[in-house]
Amino acid sequence: MRQPPFLAIILTPLLILGLATLLTWVERRLLGLWQDRYGPNRVGPGGMLQAVADGIKMLFKQDWIPPFADKGVFVLAPAIGMMTVLLSFAVIPATSLRSIAGNLNVGLLFILAMMGLGVYAVVLAGWASNSKYALLGGMRAAAQMISYEVFMGLSLMGVVMITGSFSLYDIVAAQSGLWFIVPQCLGFIVFLLAGIAETHRLPFDLPEGENELGAGFHTEYSGMKFGMFFLAEYAGIVLVSALVTTLYLGGWLGPFLPAAVWFVLKTGTLVAFFILLRAALPRPRYDQLMTLGWKVLLPLSLLNIAATGTILMLRAPE
Amino acid sequence: MLDTMRTLFLTFLHAFRHRVTIQYPEEKPYLPPRYRGRIILSRDPDGEERCVSCNLCAVACPVDCISLQKAEVEGRWYPEYFRINFSRCIFCGFCEEACPTYAIQLTPDFEMGEYVRQTLVYEKEDLLISGTGKYPDYSFYRVAGVRIAGKDWGESEHERPPVDLRTLLP
Amino acid sequence: MSDLLSISALCCHDGAAMHILAILSASITVVGAIMVITRSIAVHAVLYLVVTLLSLASVLSLLGAPFAAALDVIIYAGAIMVLFVFVIMMLNLGQPDSDREKEWLRPRAWFGPAVLAAVLCGELFFGLRDMPDAGPISMITPRDVGLMLFGPYVMMVELVSFLLLAGLVTAFHIGRYRMEDR
Repeated sequence: MRQPPFLAIILTPLLILGLATLLTWVERRLLGLWQDRYGPNRVGPGGMLQAVADGIKMLFKQDWIPPFADKGVFVLAPAIGMMTVLLSFAVIPATSLRSIAGNLNVGLLFILAMMGLGVYAVVLAGWASNSKYALLGGMRAAAQMISYEVFMGLSLMGVVMITGSFSLYDIVAAQSGLWFIVPQCLGFIVFLLAGIAETHRLPFDLPEGENELGAGFHTEYSGMKFGMFFLAEYAGIVLVSALVTTLYLGGWLGPFLPAAVWFVLKTGTLVAFFILLRAALPRPRYDQLMTLGWKVLLPLSLLNIAATGTILMLRAPE
Repeated sequence: MLDTMRTLFLTFLHAFRHRVTIQYPEEKPYLPPRYRGRIILSRDPDGEERCVSCNLCAVACPVDCISLQKAEVEGRWYPEYFRINFSRCIFCGFCEEACPTYAIQLTPDFEMGEYVRQTLVYEKEDLLISGTGKYPDYSFYRVAGVRIAGKDWGESEHERPPVDLRTLLP
Repeated sequence: MSDLLSISALCCHDGAAMHILAILSASITVVGAIMVITRSIAVHAVLYLVVTLLSLASVLSLLGAPFAAALDVIIYAGAIMVLFVFVIMMLNLGQPDSDREKEWLRPRAWFGPAVLAAVLCGELFFGLRDMPDAGPISMITPRDVGLMLFGPYVMMVELVSFLLLAGLVTAFHIGRYRMEDR
């Protein structure tokens, strides 16, 4: 495996951050589109520079740490959130050649590990803020994300069983005949739902819950520390979309167009779908979320594993 | 689950709907004539000030943003100064309702943003317009039994001549 | 110290960089573990434990077991430690709790275990002193782990699954009892 150029290692996180910034604008425009209004369309072409304006606003806000907060952990939390998401991108293969970490043979597990660590950002932010709404948000986040990590991991296992590898390259290569969304449709649904819950996006944004918890875990955050949570969330959307693309939609595979274009196209469609979910669906109650997880998604993912295993066993040459 | 899919689909279809947003500075929304915007002081058809500085508007104002001082010229009352602090005004329209002479009126103009707060205090010369506003024919002094220059008692419209208390004739 | 040496011995043929990386992560592990038991704020201790586990994972992956490293991060750092934090957040410990804890931690209480642990530590050092060189690192792939688990160690897997099932049933039972009580 050839070493990626040093420049790529520097540029990729910057690219992703830029993308996440742009996504804040894209989301607002798309939400506007689906709600019969325009969204930000004044700053720059089509309002595109709105994201930059927001960034400047956040940078110049007072970076306030509440006196009652646990300072060290308070500062650490957004950094963890950002870092885990950015690190996960290292193993996502955009084309057959390009991924920063090369062909890591436990790539999928690496992403799961990073997502697992990403929980800390939310939980520690909630704890370190030392205020009740933040704490409630953090506790919800802990329970929600730990639960959904289980289904996420289990739903992936079908893909891993068919491919026989944790490497994302091998997984994409195995889909050259048929995308895994067809044989693994149960796993796909479970993974998508778990992905939404894992990035605590609407409709599963209970850790934030604007109308009941203030802003949940980031109630006490302001300035660029809030900005980091914000960007990490959007980068998380891109990550989950890219991951779904890689695992179930054939990654960079596709006719006519170059590989990178296919990858971007699929990922972009999924990102738009995420935003559509936000535009269309209300937030479920907390117990409904947990019931959905443990009583519907867990049996579904187990069923998926059992069915996949059975079929693989029957098909296997003796 | 089906309901959720239906919701998603219906929301997606909204992408092809007409957008209800009015792009304000380029495209002005329709405002009805009785919209409560910037406050003006109107004149009667003769071109004189309608305001008789009765102070009812200042009393009715819930945020106390109106301030005025009475002055008098040959029986005719008028405000010496009339001041509305628009940084306080809530455009409730109570002053218009309270006004007995239709002098104070609210207009559909609302574009009165300022960078300096002090400039939002409007004086009489800012408020007074040259027209009659919503009531073109009304003139308080023409119908009220007040004696002013050029109009004695009993000379108003629909007013009988004053009763001479000292005479015995019917 | 000798376990550090053995790790570095394993890694030294991969070049000086790997050598330094291994020593670095191993020492972070040790420092983190010391910090865990000396912090007075529980969440800080848990955070140091997470750091310890992460550096342990990097040691594992340097030793050629990326699968074990990934599982270490996913399960221990990513799930169990979050539950620790969750429980700490739920309990909302205050000053009286830490006072009481201080009261429990008298020399009488920790002296015995400390002596035993010291003996164990000495035994470890003695045992590690003349360990044979492990030879070149061989990568352990997920496939190898799976074959081992369902081959020679299938008995252990079954026993552990029994244990987990028992835990699951217990948790369900306790939860249900509380529900009826209300």
